[in-house]
Amino acid sequence: MIWRALLLLGAVLAGAASSAFGAEIPSGERRSAYDLMSRETKAMQDDDTANPGTFSVLDGEALWSAKAGTADKACADCHGDARASMKGVAARYPAFDPAHRRPLDLEQRINVCRTEQQKAPALAHESKELLALTAYVARQSRGIPISIAADRMVEFLDAGRSLFYRRQGQLNLACSQCHDDNWGKSLAGNAIPQGHPTGYPLYRLEWQTLGSLQRRLRNCMTGMRAEPYAYGAPENVALELYLMWRARGLAMETPAVRP
Amino acid sequence: MARALINVPAKAKRGEVVAIKTLISHVMESGFRYSNTGQLIPRNIITWFQCTYNGEEIFSAELHAAMAANPFITFHTVATESGKLEFTWTGDNGFSATESATITVE
Repeated sequence: MIWRALLLLGAVLAGAASSAFGAEIPSGERRSAYDLMSRETKAMQDDDTANPGTFSVLDGEALWSAKAGTADKACADCHGDARASMKGVAARYPAFDPAHRRPLDLEQRINVCRTEQQKAPALAHESKELLALTAYVARQSRGIPISIAADRMVEFLDAGRSLFYRRQGQLNLACSQCHDDNWGKSLAGNAIPQGHPTGYPLYRLEWQTLGSLQRRLRNCMTGMRAEPYAYGAPENVALELYLMWRARGLAMETPAVRP
Repeated sequence: MARALINVPAKAKRGEVVAIKTLISHVMESGFRYSNTGQLIPRNIITWFQCTYNGEEIFSAELHAAMAANPFITFHTVATESGKLEFTWTGDNGFSATESATITVE
């Protein structure tokens, strides 16, 4: 009897382990949260003159050619026309930066350019200016499939993956329990998305403003009653990296609109 | 600086019903919220929107504190003659913004 019970226990544990790590969504079933939205919210995202994210894109376009810092250089002085030079860039971020020997997300890359090239102070996370520049750069990748070159970032990708599958917070939840195992079902009346960051920075109706992926991650962690990682923390960037890698193949939608 | 986006068809047939869409950037601070330090954040909203078609008012609206940021107002009108549509938003703290669009009626 004891042996049978132990065998059974072993089988249950093995099953639990495989469901905790083996449930990644196959590429054919990957969906943007756009598919779960109402007709009205989709219409808002699709029409540039109805999408409030357009304001940030226009602000970003102005900032792109505004000179800043003691170097008195604008983004455009090095990178030229963003519509050509920034095309597809956001679809491969976070990307490995050899000088810092770690992946940088798009916001961090913009701030590195500001401090090292423009000799200007870094922009604060979630500031209007940083969101606007990020939205303008990411807008140039709309429609381009996400493609992360992970070969030099394996350890960071693994760190992000283990965060995604790790139970945390007072509710003892892992990201994967909602976004791998229960996507498409409801959580308090809202559809649970797969959690692919295809449209950041995006306009969230709940926020009534544009926000970054890190803001969204911190929201999720607060919801799990876990302590959110600080803006720019390596954990947040690792999670961003894993989420973008997990969303590979999906088209960019920046600036997206989400409920 | 307030930005506004207007979507009006450039051309229409005489008598056709056309959709007009307007979106303006504005925080629409309700006046009921408190800051992190417990201070009441003063109300700052758009209170009035008006659209004129060749000088004649065709649509206007009162806006109130419960309305979301970046108000999106859309309405319809009958294209009667070629001309200019003018849009005006006014609000708290002397807020005022104007925008215009032209329509050609064939």
